[in-house]
Amino acid sequence: MVKSLFEEKLNSGKFLVTTEIGPPKGTDTSELINAIDLLKDRVDAINVTDHQSSVMRYPSLGGCLLIKERGGEPILQMTCRDRNRLALEADLLFAYSRGINNILCLTGDSIDVGDHKTAKPVFDLDSVQLIRMVKTLESGKDIAGNNLKGAPEFCVGASVHPEADFIEPQLVKFEKKVTAGALFFQTQGIFDLSSLRRFMQFASQFPVKILAGIIVLASAGMARYMNNNVPGITVPPAIINELAGTEKGKGLKKGIEIAAKSIKTIKDEKICHGVHIMAVGNEKIVPEILEMALAG
Amino acid sequence: MIVAQQKPLEEINRMIDPYEKILIVGCGTCMTVCDIGGEREVALLSQALTLLQTTKGTKKHSFYISTVKRQCDPEFVELLKEKLSNTDAVLSLGCGIGVQAIAEKFSDLPVLPGVNTLFIGMTKEQGVWDERCAACGECHLENTGGICPITRCTKGILNGPCAGTKNGKCEANPNMDCAWIQIYNRLERLQQLDKIRQYYEPRNYLPLQRPKRFINNALYSAGETHG
Repeated sequence: MVKSLFEEKLNSGKFLVTTEIGPPKGTDTSELINAIDLLKDRVDAINVTDHQSSVMRYPSLGGCLLIKERGGEPILQMTCRDRNRLALEADLLFAYSRGINNILCLTGDSIDVGDHKTAKPVFDLDSVQLIRMVKTLESGKDIAGNNLKGAPEFCVGASVHPEADFIEPQLVKFEKKVTAGALFFQTQGIFDLSSLRRFMQFASQFPVKILAGIIVLASAGMARYMNNNVPGITVPPAIINELAGTEKGKGLKKGIEIAAKSIKTIKDEKICHGVHIMAVGNEKIVPEILEMALAG
Repeated sequence: MIVAQQKPLEEINRMIDPYEKILIVGCGTCMTVCDIGGEREVALLSQALTLLQTTKGTKKHSFYISTVKRQCDPEFVELLKEKLSNTDAVLSLGCGIGVQAIAEKFSDLPVLPGVNTLFIGMTKEQGVWDERCAACGECHLENTGGICPITRCTKGILNGPCAGTKNGKCEANPNMDCAWIQIYNRLERLQQLDKIRQYYEPRNYLPLQRPKRFINNALYSAGETHG
């Protein structure tokens, strides 16, 4: 049985487009709501990040509720960094009860990279165990084996890192996530399509949908910063040089072009099933990227 | 062994402030091996504190020194008894266990910690110790080629690497090896990669519920007081 509108789209065979928004640091949700309104009818689903890079923000659940209120399709990003299994289970029950039916199961970035460096890292579960926990809840039991009064159902996703410099252990983990029950994958940022092609040679044997992560870079400085500070991201020197070579103030325009070109190639050559656009604070440019990439 | 770090001299000086006669007690086991609280360090600390109060012109403490074989063992702690009759406080350079073992034995005496206890580790090279065991109570090393992911992966996860590993290093610290890359390489060498492909259930934290107690029935004599 299909568990969400997004799962229906996963099954439709069409080229999928998701994007993500980061909630505000504070209670002012006006920009978040503007971004939701701008994006909700242009993409198949919107992720809300869960204290991305371990920086404390308005919760992912809150952002997903706003997406529901505005008539969009949310994907709840859920990391294991901040909550133990009781809290994760409870949040899943709550999410389902409020119509949030897509979930992206992540281990979560290390506390050390964020803005609460002295906090206690939880990691009671890892991403594979979290996927299994969702499936257990769907079976009508909590992971301690107790019966639930009313079970949730989720379209479950996970992430994978096709550009990891040592790919074999990542593929092992990918396969564990598939076996655990992930239906779709949103990859870490892809900058080199040949690595995506190589990954798909492996991944296409599994009945899961792969959405290539597309990070929109706004400048060479941002690319260098991400290389040094954001886990799981390696922007190759060629792209940094391309950005560095643009006129001052034209970096984002170049970043949009690079992203649109990748998306177009992925779609035209059917490399994978869709894309997941990460605009990192520049959400409003996502429609422009899509027009550029998918026109004609 | 247990690895510790001596507290800053200023902090120790603040702690001992209310007391006049202070016995600095070293420990002959782990703290001696990691050069933090053995006979030598006890003597050095006594000199440093004496010098400090001379410099500050606040000469009011008298320091006495002693080192016992193991502060974690009551029978060795007992040997301190005669030295304590004329003491206002003990400054222990044992690990956190040593401090408490002395405090439990001599209930009327303030016992102060001279070190911060860090971890269970091994000697990597002269002056360098690495944490290797989290005392998790359910040893998992059989499945990970003898490399502990609970201790050596910053997230302590069981089912393989996160996406933050880069150049074989950890996202939390680019100088720290990614435990899962090491585990993968070692299992490959051992032809045991099936072990990383296996699914591991969420950890059982029951053995970690504090305070822990272990009773070795072969040694335990019923009827004795174990309070």
